Amino acid sequence: MITDRRKALLGMVLIGVALALLPFIIGKGLGNAWVRVLDFALLYVMLALGLNIVVGFAGLLDLGYIAFYAVGAYLYALLASPHFGLHWPVWAILPLGALVAGIFGVLLGAPTLRLRGDYLAIVTLGFGEIVRIFMNNLNAPINITNGPQGISQIDPVRIAGVPLSKTFEAFGLSFPSVYLYYYLFLALTLLVIFVSIRLEDSRIGRAWVAIREDEIAAKACGIDTRNVKLLAFAMGATFGGVAGGLFAGFQEFVSPESFGLMESIMVLCMVVLGGMGHIPGVILGGLLLAILPEALRHGAVPMQQAAFGKVLLDPESLRMLLFGLALIAVMLYRPAGLWPEARRKREFLAEKAK
Amino acid sequence: MDTFIQQIINGLVLGSIYALVALGYTMVYGILGLINFAHGEVVMIGALTALTVIKLLADSGLPGTLVVLIGMLAAIPVCMALGFTIERVAYRPLRNAPRLAPLITAIGVSIVLQQLAMIFWGRNYHAFPPILPTTGRDIGGAHITDLQIVIVLLAAAIMAGLMLLVNKTRLGRAMRATAENPQIAGLMGVNINVIISATFLIGSALAAVAGVMVSANYSIAHYHMGFILGLKAFTAAVLGGIGNLPGAMLGGVLLGLIESLGAGYIGDLTGGFLGSHYQDVFAFFVLILVLVFRPSGLMGEKVAERA
Repeated sequence: MITDRRKALLGMVLIGVALALLPFIIGKGLGNAWVRVLDFALLYVMLALGLNIVVGFAGLLDLGYIAFYAVGAYLYALLASPHFGLHWPVWAILPLGALVAGIFGVLLGAPTLRLRGDYLAIVTLGFGEIVRIFMNNLNAPINITNGPQGISQIDPVRIAGVPLSKTFEAFGLSFPSVYLYYYLFLALTLLVIFVSIRLEDSRIGRAWVAIREDEIAAKACGIDTRNVKLLAFAMGATFGGVAGGLFAGFQEFVSPESFGLMESIMVLCMVVLGGMGHIPGVILGGLLLAILPEALRHGAVPMQQAAFGKVLLDPESLRMLLFGLALIAVMLYRPAGLWPEARRKREFLAEKAK
Repeated sequence: MDTFIQQIINGLVLGSIYALVALGYTMVYGILGLINFAHGEVVMIGALTALTVIKLLADSGLPGTLVVLIGMLAAIPVCMALGFTIERVAYRPLRNAPRLAPLITAIGVSIVLQQLAMIFWGRNYHAFPPILPTTGRDIGGAHITDLQIVIVLLAAAIMAGLMLLVNKTRLGRAMRATAENPQIAGLMGVNINVIISATFLIGSALAAVAGVMVSANYSIAHYHMGFILGLKAFTAAVLGGIGNLPGAMLGGVLLGLIESLGAGYIGDLTGGFLGSHYQDVFAFFVLILVLVFRPSGLMGEKVAERA
């Protein structure tokens, strides 16, 4: 028993050291551009875990999830940029972003409570588009979002007065901006993972799974399905809002283009490919789908040039093409995802046996 | 007043096109209980295929109307083959899977078709060659082109034909039986797989026609035109009551009218705060309102509780 605990502790320490050293290893080995890719991968993991609450736990297919990311990002942009002349600190904006995104989640959830499956998917998709259309057009007559140009010169995240956008020197080591953001994102990702795990094992988490499995039965067991579903939307949206704020601070620029339907679908892909409702699977899905396209970008162009003498498919469309094919293939051959939850795997097998 | 009539005319034209696409959604939903997300992309492929043929023949000296007709006749089999393949590859193997599964493959198919179209036809907008007569007539101060009249009449004729097919023929009866209960229909000697394939073939043919109409009406086609069109047509189908053929037609025409009147008057209604570029928002608001207050649509029957 004690040795088990020691082993677990040792494992955690090793993982912690590895995660702390990762940017240095990748930065030295592959260049700092890849640490930047890693930063984005962590943002996507947060998003995927947020969507996992809605899609994976509660079984509500949400195709407009990126709208919450957009709300978080725009809130940060408006409160910390020369656009309105406001420069709030990040620790004030992020919780506010989480709250506002959560309210948007309830706004989306409330009218769609009675809907299920495909109807819900379409309505959430419409909601995502509405948010995007408003961001695109709310520059007249009062300029709120600055329209399609987006908002630039956003303040970088500052911690204890140190802006993360500049190289930071300490202990004889130099930490470039992407390293600093890596540690910030890593800390918040770990927090999101922790919250996800605690939620999964809680009364609410079990209520979500019950609703996913059979809503009528869940209701009969005394679960207040209305509030529990609203809570799923709100919690999922909260994660999205935090990730959005971090994104705005990291990029120092936001525009409606970053929040299209394809982004929603990409986050959904991460959840579905990784294994709906299974936290390690979703993390894996997020990392894979955030890093693979970058690898494609670096690998596909030279490969095509070597094979055909020219670039036939640009990496962006190749990426989307592979996404589409992967969605179809995974649903046909591994419908529970790459790393599914044990219970879910059994369900899908039983489904097949029928 | 002229603007009002003009908006009504525009709405009718737009609505006829929505109705044709909505029929594809509603037929598939009626039989499989599945939203065929990729249907909008079939419309897009139809439009671009027809446009390619039309461009090839534009300088051949044939009359413009004939060229467009040939383009349409070329697009129909392409779309039918596509619809058939989509059902075979992405939906049939998942017929008994959890409901989320075919929805996700549908999204996958949609992405793949869009990217393939982009690879074949490029990112550019394709202009419709100006080969159709631009004559028209004035009604009560508003203008309607002959093309628009043809679109409305052709759409009406196709829908009438479809109603006859579904209500009066053997195939139509088999389709209705399958929609009612696939297992029982199978026991009565209906080959369900054939009927489902037939449904996709018919829906895709309608999509091809609608695609040509859209690109002729707006004089433009591009690889991502299918998505928003498909979404609106789906809204139309839901508005009318999904699974219900006359409902899809009514829903399509109504949505077209709502959109063009809404876009025409939103500026006046909100004191200039919101402009006509919010046109696309109407469809979504209508969709959300219908689903909240009358989920079975205007002409739908009961909506069963199903997961």
